[in-house]
Amino acid sequence: MRPEPTARDESFDNGRFDIAVIGAGVVGCAVVRRLALAGAKVVLIEKGSDILSGASKANSAILHTGFDAPPGSLELELIKAGREEYLSLRPSLGLDLVKTGALVCAWNDHEAEKLEAIATQGRENGVSNLALLSGAAARATMPGLSERLVAAIEVADEHIIDPWTAPLAYLTQGVALGARFLRNAELIEGRFDGDWRLATTAGTVTAGAVVNTAGLYGDIVDGRLGFTPEFEIRPRKGQFVVLDKAAYAHVPRIVLPVPTEITKGVVVCPTAFGNVLIGPTAEEQADRVRATVETEALESLLARGAQIVPALAGMPVTAVYAGLRPASETKAYRIFCRPEQRAVTLGGIRSTGLSAALGLAQHALKLIEGFGLSLSPVAAPAVRLPNLTETRPRDWQQPDHGEIVCHCEMATRREIEAALISPVPPGDFGGLRRRTRAGMGRCQGFYCNARLAEMTRGKLREPLAIGDEPS
Amino acid sequence: MSDADVIVIGGGPAGVAAAVELRRHGVARVVLLEREAQLGGATRHCSHSPFGMRDFHRVYFGAAYGKRLEAEAARAGVEVRTGHSVVRIEAGGRVDLATPRGVGTLQARRLLIATGARETPRAARLVSGDRPIGVVTTGSLQAYVAFHGLMPFRRPLLVGSELVSLSAVLTCLTHGARPVAMIEPGPHPLAPAPLAWFPRAMGIPFHCGAELVDIHGASRVEDVTLRLRDGTLQKHACDGVLFTGRFTPEAALLLQSAIGVDPGSSGPAIDPYGRTADPHLFAAGNLLRAVETAGWSFREGRAVGRAMAQDLADGCEPGALLPVTFDPPVKLVVPGLIRRGGPAKPAFPDFQLRFARQARGRLSLALDGREMWAQEKTWRPERRVVLPIPPAAQTAGRVHIGFEERT
Repeated sequence: MRPEPTARDESFDNGRFDIAVIGAGVVGCAVVRRLALAGAKVVLIEKGSDILSGASKANSAILHTGFDAPPGSLELELIKAGREEYLSLRPSLGLDLVKTGALVCAWNDHEAEKLEAIATQGRENGVSNLALLSGAAARATMPGLSERLVAAIEVADEHIIDPWTAPLAYLTQGVALGARFLRNAELIEGRFDGDWRLATTAGTVTAGAVVNTAGLYGDIVDGRLGFTPEFEIRPRKGQFVVLDKAAYAHVPRIVLPVPTEITKGVVVCPTAFGNVLIGPTAEEQADRVRATVETEALESLLARGAQIVPALAGMPVTAVYAGLRPASETKAYRIFCRPEQRAVTLGGIRSTGLSAALGLAQHALKLIEGFGLSLSPVAAPAVRLPNLTETRPRDWQQPDHGEIVCHCEMATRREIEAALISPVPPGDFGGLRRRTRAGMGRCQGFYCNARLAEMTRGKLREPLAIGDEPS
Repeated sequence: MSDADVIVIGGGPAGVAAAVELRRHGVARVVLLEREAQLGGATRHCSHSPFGMRDFHRVYFGAAYGKRLEAEAARAGVEVRTGHSVVRIEAGGRVDLATPRGVGTLQARRLLIATGARETPRAARLVSGDRPIGVVTTGSLQAYVAFHGLMPFRRPLLVGSELVSLSAVLTCLTHGARPVAMIEPGPHPLAPAPLAWFPRAMGIPFHCGAELVDIHGASRVEDVTLRLRDGTLQKHACDGVLFTGRFTPEAALLLQSAIGVDPGSSGPAIDPYGRTADPHLFAAGNLLRAVETAGWSFREGRAVGRAMAQDLADGCEPGALLPVTFDPPVKLVVPGLIRRGGPAKPAFPDFQLRFARQARGRLSLALDGREMWAQEKTWRPERRVVLPIPPAAQTAGRVHIGFEERT
């Protein structure tokens, strides 16, 4: 069922954009940045009240090398391009990199037999920093691993990043170049008559070209643009458990399982925020919206984590979450280009979107350049996002932060106030949490939730306190 | 060179009582670090519960109790530093700090950690469902009400049946919210009987043996599904979930230090003087065992403060430690360590126990296999159980708290 249009924001009716990007996940944010840098006037249309409202809010935060990507695939090429660009621009945007390396761990002889082939494929994929290790040698690099470890591949260049600040930085840079971010704007219908007329729940947008980065709704958006969708999204749910910061000392590296045909399997890894993550599960479902956590699955993730790193047994749980990956009928990225209608679809970005986003953006620009729009590149504006990771000093370590509002995650009043008035301010409480870490810690708001309710009055679409809806 | 004789971490009843007692016993520099702007700890936002009857012989409500603690600390000459967060404790009496002016380090001859307890949030309970807003703990709810005049919901489901759960019902009813139901996963209410009838008297459906199996809501809670004792599923429209009780020690500083926590109590293991395995580090209050009253924590803090003052005066090398062992379903024993030697008058005259579940049977205390104390009855979870620590425990080779269940 298509939503009814409302006339809440008609200001977009008069302006014409060069390109409209539909979907503010990590890929959409990266595409907006790349197109804005190319000199395009861009609008980002998002159904939710903030960026990262769908698949991009829940992932394992790994910056992949592509060692296990399908050989010769576009996915592999774009992971590598995306990773390279991330590494080159991260100092200027203030983004982080936690150099953990990964161990692909074989827990029995059957799995150990597969390691050689995985290593060979990795090298063929151009990932040279790979080493086959005995169980003992692998445990020497990470003593917390269970003694049951049979053998492992060390992938020295698989690292961890902050999965929420990176896309925010991409969009912030785009916005600094004049890109517009239109929230709460679900695409109702698009018509191409030489220009795209995009009817959304927040008004009509006119643009010369369109990029579909709608993630879990990629096929639906293609349909609403009038195309016969060439792929079908089949959401795959992943549940995660986040353990207390006390667990971090035991998990200095990313611990990957030997993958099966169906899934990459359950990962145990540190986070950039000093926690430990266990997950994801892989559960096919039809629902594109609901990503529920389930007690049994969470318990089994905890048990799995403790099998891999025994010291994790009994470790306090800080948070649990679930996300949906926009998988499709096939493993490959579903990328379509329709030059006659000046439309690009970046779909089916299953589980490597964070790593490949900047590469996908480069790819999208290449396709759009074929549309004959006249673009001239502009200089990248200086944008620096606040650091939320434990790799570099945080705001609470600097003077005059006001006070510490969230004691578990050490989020300061200055950080929270700055986020609320930033160029891409949070649209909902989840967005505030992702921008500041406030309320993300072990007490989950026992101490600070009320304070945050007060600080965000009138500023969030769904307020924390009842009767506090913005007028 | 020390910055203080004693640094007390946490300005709740236990921390303040200890600091004041240390000063009364002539300890020169006592610095109390509190991360919030006011003293009082959890009592600050409990506007309806009376405090202070045992400690100050009069009744205070919420913030007024904190003010009394502030006055006591000032009068005793405690150096109180609010807005100071301890981010790390290290062996030998060192703490790393975050203050509004930046970071720093302080060194003391002794540390006392009294960081209290908090309720277990939804995530750590691994409850199924969506993760909408409107899901809070009693502590959060009371802070909404007491500090900001706000409410996170109007019709919550209330989970739990401890004393704090009844306090949560009161907070709801006095601030325009009405719980749609109240559930307790266990077979019996955890609060004592006359109080446990209170929700029903107020017309709030109360189910024992009921579990919350699903929370549903896109952005705010829309409904919940309960599995009742007989297995039937029941759906309730509501706009929030209030998780009450299941207190857990706020032991992050210890979890991230070499001291760690005791698996039973989730707090630090201490000896009868309140001392941990690190001879420079003492602990008191609800950090030791969730959860006791403010008055209990106050007296405990005072007793540990006295023991610390004596330790600073004596300067004796502390003796070896012996762990106290116990049978399930006993969940925790505080103190969990016995110290060889030490002053005659310990801070903890009794072992404090909690049961993990309701059990009928014979609870006993034996030193080297010789029974010193026993009692048979039905033991309830979350209720205070105390049994005296015999002086001979100090020299025993084994201190064991046994339980024989009768079915």
